[in-house]
Amino acid sequence: MKDRYANRKYFIMALVLLAAIILITRLFYIQIVNKTYRVSAANNALRPVTQYPARGLIYDRNGELIVYNQAAYDLLVIPVQTSAFDTVRFNEILGITMDDFNGRMKAAVSYSRRAPSVFMKMISSETYALLQEELYRFPGFYVQARTLRKYTRPVAAHLLGYVGEVDNKLISKDRYYRSGDYIGVSGIEKSYEEHLRGRKGVNIFLVDVHNNIKGSYAEGRYDTVAVPGTNLWSTIDLTLQEYGERLMQNKTGSIVAIEPATGEILTLVSSPTYDPALLVGRVRSENFSMLQADTVKPLFDRALMASYPPGSTFKIMNGLIGLQEDVIHPTSLFSCSNGYHAGSLTVACHSHSSPLNLVQAVAQSCNAWFCNAFRNTLENPKYNSIQDAFDKWRDYLVAFGFGNKLGIDLSNELPGNIPTRSYYDRYYGKDRWKALTVISLAIGQGEIGATPLQMANMATVIANRGSFYIPHVVKHIGNDGAPLPLYTQKYITGISPENFDPVIEGMEGAVNGGPGSTARGARLDSIIICGKTGTAQNPHGKDHSIFVAFAPKDNPQIAIAVYVENAGFGSTFAAPIASLLIEKYLTGEVKRKYLEDHVLRMVIQPGGKE
Amino acid sequence: MEKNNNILTRLDWVTVILWLLMMIMGWLNIYAAVYNEQHTSIFDLSQRYGKQLMWIFAALVLAVFVIVTDNKLWFFFAWFIYGFFLLLLLLVLVLGKEINGARAWFEVGPFSIQPSEFAKFATGLALASYLNSQRQSSGMKVMAAATAIIIAPVMLIALQPDMGSVITYFAFFIVLYREGMSIWVFITAILAVLLFLLTLILGNLPVAIGLLGVAVFALLVTSGYMVTLKAAGVMAVAGGAAYLAGHYLLDLDLMLIIVIAVFLAGIVYAWYIYRQKLKSQAIIYIFLLSGLLYLFTVDYAFNNVLKPHQQTRINIMLGTEADPFGEGYNLNQSLISIGSGGFAGKGYLNGTQTKFKFVPEQSTDFIFCTVGEEWGFVGSTVVIGLFVLLLLRLLMMAERQRTTFVRAYGYGVFGLFLVHFFVNIGMTIGVMPVIGIPLPFFSYGGSSLWGFTILLFIFVRLDAGRTEYLG
Repeated sequence: MKDRYANRKYFIMALVLLAAIILITRLFYIQIVNKTYRVSAANNALRPVTQYPARGLIYDRNGELIVYNQAAYDLLVIPVQTSAFDTVRFNEILGITMDDFNGRMKAAVSYSRRAPSVFMKMISSETYALLQEELYRFPGFYVQARTLRKYTRPVAAHLLGYVGEVDNKLISKDRYYRSGDYIGVSGIEKSYEEHLRGRKGVNIFLVDVHNNIKGSYAEGRYDTVAVPGTNLWSTIDLTLQEYGERLMQNKTGSIVAIEPATGEILTLVSSPTYDPALLVGRVRSENFSMLQADTVKPLFDRALMASYPPGSTFKIMNGLIGLQEDVIHPTSLFSCSNGYHAGSLTVACHSHSSPLNLVQAVAQSCNAWFCNAFRNTLENPKYNSIQDAFDKWRDYLVAFGFGNKLGIDLSNELPGNIPTRSYYDRYYGKDRWKALTVISLAIGQGEIGATPLQMANMATVIANRGSFYIPHVVKHIGNDGAPLPLYTQKYITGISPENFDPVIEGMEGAVNGGPGSTARGARLDSIIICGKTGTAQNPHGKDHSIFVAFAPKDNPQIAIAVYVENAGFGSTFAAPIASLLIEKYLTGEVKRKYLEDHVLRMVIQPGGKE
Repeated sequence: MEKNNNILTRLDWVTVILWLLMMIMGWLNIYAAVYNEQHTSIFDLSQRYGKQLMWIFAALVLAVFVIVTDNKLWFFFAWFIYGFFLLLLLLVLVLGKEINGARAWFEVGPFSIQPSEFAKFATGLALASYLNSQRQSSGMKVMAAATAIIIAPVMLIALQPDMGSVITYFAFFIVLYREGMSIWVFITAILAVLLFLLTLILGNLPVAIGLLGVAVFALLVTSGYMVTLKAAGVMAVAGGAAYLAGHYLLDLDLMLIIVIAVFLAGIVYAWYIYRQKLKSQAIIYIFLLSGLLYLFTVDYAFNNVLKPHQQTRINIMLGTEADPFGEGYNLNQSLISIGSGGFAGKGYLNGTQTKFKFVPEQSTDFIFCTVGEEWGFVGSTVVIGLFVLLLLRLLMMAERQRTTFVRAYGYGVFGLFLVHFFVNIGMTIGVMPVIGIPLPFFSYGGSSLWGFTILLFIFVRLDAGRTEYLG
């Protein structure tokens, strides 16, 4: 048999020799030429000590410190590096039982035998001191410095959010995080996590079998330096925030106050609230379960998440849209005979003089006036159909930030709801509904829902006569930083500035006008407040009290929305609270002690049973 | 009785002795690797060295069993055995037990058996049988069919997935090389691997520029000065145009611009090549273009086909990434153990790295660490020497066969041992990426020991009967 390829065996033979030469050369290099491996073996374990950077601090708009750090210590263990030791003494120092010890050790082993895992979290400085002295007796164990959050005042829990341990899902997604690391879970801590966290560093040490550090591994070639987190300056006025939370004590609801010129949020209150220090350190999970189980839902951020029908405050929107669409005029008069009547339909109203113009209608919150205005808007001959007119109406609302998330720099915001044309089409049949079918939208009732944040933003737009910046809670990132670019962009709503004049005049009248005005409880002698009350219908109990306002009338400094759940009419509770906050913010002190006491004494049980 | 005596005299005792020596050395090193003060008896059956001793005895029985079988058995049942193990590989995907994310093991009572270790000799037999039946031909068709025989078990093992075993099956291409597969297949494969590695080290732009340089050089050599100048001119114009359009108008990256430029130049150049019938230029051009396109896909394949830990392992081997606590932990600890062994080693049972168990998997895939640490450069060289002796012996035996069947099978055995030997020791010292495959006869584990023993002894048996007539 001919074997044409017999010569190929020589090449194959050469391959064997080549393989051997490669291996032997490499062995010669690492075993004889290079000495560093011998040094590494002499101190035969590597220990990574993570350098945790201090998390960025958070200040308020006036430079007052809100959140800072305190030291804490984690005890870590590398299971393969442990050997027999005095567990009795060890447990005595840590104050744990043998069962507890076994459990923790088992958990560490199941995580990894050779990678460090946290044996005990956040041990106190005293225990740390004791342990440090005897640590040489416990090979495989070592201590790592951490920082915990600390708060200057027990306020603004929802806004600041809290810091928790990363979960395994995130660890597998994001390579920055390792088991036991902390991460912002909600609030500013979450949305600005990447700025606040800084950058972890690591020092890799050589450790001998007696648990002594023998120096840096590979002359520190693999070490990295920790970079501290960036400090943040919040837009919050801490004093005002604290005052707002105090006024909302024993009530359910929220307050959102915004600086109109910038969109900076001055106060963000959701009541009931909790002390942010409850969610720090070892007590966090226990307290978290407690707060979560609480029937008044203190963890629920009403300011951003609760969606209520805006009630009469929404008449402002319908007035503005009607003016812009040229279907009503400031001088338009509509009569009201204790309500709006069209065929069999009646929308009731309270008693007041009739007919009214726009300014009076806003000031006295006339239902009939705005039903007429809304009907005119939808039956505008400019559009082919009611439905087209409705789309246009909805576009204005969307431009104001209703129906969608505004985009605040807090992650739990909800969009509220403005019904769409297709929603009604589904409900009544395609194009088989009329202005009267949806007339309750005229007075802010029905399928409509808006969050307190959206209402405060509406007040901002009115104060600015047509424009706004997206509300945000961080003023600048780092000492000389800017806010995120999203918040330096001006939004125009499409309502001409002059159309705001009669509405603002009406809002002024509501607070400062004569008899029939709905919000005289908010009146301040020194400053002209413009406001509008509202009542959100609540199918589950007593109605919610709403008040939106801005002040002063000229060159407004603050726009505000106040919600008090189950408190009835807007004028009774929400208006005085807003008024007190405006006084506090603009004058620095509250002179109307009687009003303050009155508000502080009010206790409203959730659910509306007084 | 007479026949058995006959067989014993014809056995290749050099191979048998090397095999025994390796098993004993492996067992002593396993003892060192798992040694602890509580279980000092080397025969303690609760410990890995005790179990390994049991498996060594079983391997001896297996070896004797293979030796006494009839020579023709392996020839006639080659396809049957191959089919049987393919079936097992299929079954293990369904019935197997998942260990470390791979469904590679059958659990039989207290034992775990890894069918992919045994499927190696089955594949070797089937491949040899097929090549034997086609002995007059080494054409494309035959080689394609032979490749299919290798790929079938590979696909099933890739589904487990056990990438380490998959890689070892490529050893069978040594058989195909020896039996006449075109060397261009191998040259292309080697070039592809080199380009792949170079791209990972240097990034694809420098490699692309390098390829252009090689193409120009090849042109110079084959076609001379004038043609090269013309080609370079066309290329420069196309490149300039592509650069202006790509960079300023479309914002493409440089790599893509180069590919487009070469492609454009090719269109311009095609008619010229066609008219002048310049075959060598056409070949150079096609190589250049396909090389560039390949580079383009390397990045994608690396980032999307390989798993993150596999990417890291390759990067660590190439030195472009360090991860001493994650994927690089094994290698780093392995280097410290072996490196600290020095010239003469620390002495048996005196290896500190070994004793304190810094190297994971030290008794299985990383058994060479123990050799390196306790026996030093001298011991390591001896072990490498033993493997070289065994490999050369196997080559010699394969070449003295009269039938393609036995020669091809012998080359299969040779190839598998070569790959296991080089990849396993290579990974412990950082010349290969970390791939979890055992060192034959050294690593702890029954499946691999028996698998390699059967693999080897079928060849020893066939070799002993080389004067007998096979069908």
